[in-house]
Amino acid sequence: MKRSTAAIHGWLLLLPAMAILALFTHWPAFATLIDSFFSTPRPRRPQRFVGLENYEVMLSDPVFWQAVSNNLWFAAWTIPASIILAMLMAVLVNDRIFARGFVRMAYFTPTVLPMIAVANIWLFFYTPQYGLLEQILGFFGFPSHNWLGSKDTALAAVTVVAIWKEAGFFMIFYLAALQQIPPHLAEAAALEGASRWTYFRRVQFPLLMPTTLFVLINAVINAFRMVDHLFVLTRGGPDNATTLLLYYIYEVGFSFWDTSYAASLTMVLLAVLAFTALVQYGVLEKRVHYR
Amino acid sequence: MATVEVIGVKKSWGSSVALEGITFTAEAGTLVALLGPSGCGKSTTLRLIAGLDTATDGKILINGKDVTDLPPAKRGVSMVFQSYALFPHLTVKENILFGLKVRKVPAAEQQARLKRAAEILGLEKLLDRKPSQLSGGQQQRVALGRAIVAETPVCLMDEPLSNLDAKLRNEMRREIRALQQRLGITMLYVTHDQVEAMTMADQVVLMNAGHIEQDGTPEMLYERPATIFTAQFIGTPPMNILKFARIEDPDGWLARLTVPDRDRSTIALGVRPESLRIEDQGLPATVQSVEYLGADSLIETTVNGERAVVRASGNTRVRPGDVIRLAWDSGATHWFDLSSGFRIG
Repeated sequence: MKRSTAAIHGWLLLLPAMAILALFTHWPAFATLIDSFFSTPRPRRPQRFVGLENYEVMLSDPVFWQAVSNNLWFAAWTIPASIILAMLMAVLVNDRIFARGFVRMAYFTPTVLPMIAVANIWLFFYTPQYGLLEQILGFFGFPSHNWLGSKDTALAAVTVVAIWKEAGFFMIFYLAALQQIPPHLAEAAALEGASRWTYFRRVQFPLLMPTTLFVLINAVINAFRMVDHLFVLTRGGPDNATTLLLYYIYEVGFSFWDTSYAASLTMVLLAVLAFTALVQYGVLEKRVHYR
Repeated sequence: MATVEVIGVKKSWGSSVALEGITFTAEAGTLVALLGPSGCGKSTTLRLIAGLDTATDGKILINGKDVTDLPPAKRGVSMVFQSYALFPHLTVKENILFGLKVRKVPAAEQQARLKRAAEILGLEKLLDRKPSQLSGGQQQRVALGRAIVAETPVCLMDEPLSNLDAKLRNEMRREIRALQQRLGITMLYVTHDQVEAMTMADQVVLMNAGHIEQDGTPEMLYERPATIFTAQFIGTPPMNILKFARIEDPDGWLARLTVPDRDRSTIALGVRPESLRIEDQGLPATVQSVEYLGADSLIETTVNGERAVVRASGNTRVRPGDVIRLAWDSGATHWFDLSSGFRIG
């Protein structure tokens, strides 16, 4: 086959996937960027070019800043907590423990459930007066507390749900990676007198680094992407205490129908995600041992 | 220096029995080969000595001390795995020092031992590489280095050369043997390769189906095999075993041999291919094929329907279909009991 024919064949094979990606991913992203420089079209006022006005509005929008700070707090807890939990659970169920299959399944169950269902379960846990949490705390004599209804605890409450949901999913990646580690390494370490902790710290943990990088990037993306549970649990309230960026974008776009402002908010979110992914790859890649 | 004593050790997983009572002693400073076909229990024996598995029954003594219930690290053994078990994310240096760091050996001592091991094994230039940047032979040396720096009196090796090519295997065989003698380590060496066992070991423990067939020096195993299994496992090609009752002897040649005083139908006659000669008088045999090896030729014959191989000189003129006469010195005859497989006399 001639070189040029081969190239044409190659492009033809790529075409279906490329067309669909372009249609549903690249073009909408690009269109969003364009939209963010225009005003929102109204029945009496057609769309017009406004330059950076939407972004200027954003800078002085207190709800936007509240959403940013909420989201950073949410990310700062969900990312490390779910990763550490996932790693611990994976190491635990990778060892020979009693009822291993059952424990693995139990840890993975939250991942299988749809977020809406998970949120409903936790809604019951958090319910004032007769919710599970209330009953347990009441049993030990603690005063009643409205976990989702109070400004101080609402964000923490939705963060816990996210961690609970994510850890099991990440555990599966860690479990797969742990099973790639040849059992002879553990035996060699045992012969050298390494304790369980030393083996984890000096062998398992470094060998899990590629997985940790992968999981970390997913965790960061999820921290800015996960909003389903807010619809069930708090709807962003009370007083925007649980409004995350994506939830705010949804509200602006589909409740207030200010699509251009929503478009500019989306661009900010995309930029933040792209930047963190770049940093993660750039910084961590060099410190990861790939087999 | 330490002796290793294995006394009546049994191992079973559920109803499947891996070892049915093993007893042997490895004297201090010797190299003992655990030899046998795959699945015979030799690796299991080694893992029990290392403490990586626990024995169902029996005792293991190292230097007179009962270690049966001690964890691996407390037994004073080091081990080289078939897969080398090098830590892939650590450099050669870190791999070798891993155990010393865990055991909190002083830093100066660590460096001294590392330097010595690297010198002995020729690893000086490779210390900062990762295992993936090394050849198979180099990885093997690193695994050896990790075993040496531990300075344990006993070193266990689980088929350490099986992943190397033939030439390198020969070199490493000599090196490991020299190292063992130089450092005076007691070494238990698992292998399925009888040449490896015969060339390296002071003592060979030949195992089969979870029990010991014979325990002795390489010479003993070759010259006085205790069972038909040993006779056929040691030596290439294996010893010819002929059912005595079925041999036809038109020349009356067998009269020279001292036949055990037993029912002829219960005994077998064993002769090594290298002991057989083609002569004018002897047992009639029909040539089936001739395999030319250069210095030697292996002539496959049938003696009354039973297979017998002759090692002849390379330029033999025998051709398939020829009928030849096989003779041997009466001293080269081995007698076995057919039903039990044990040696007679």
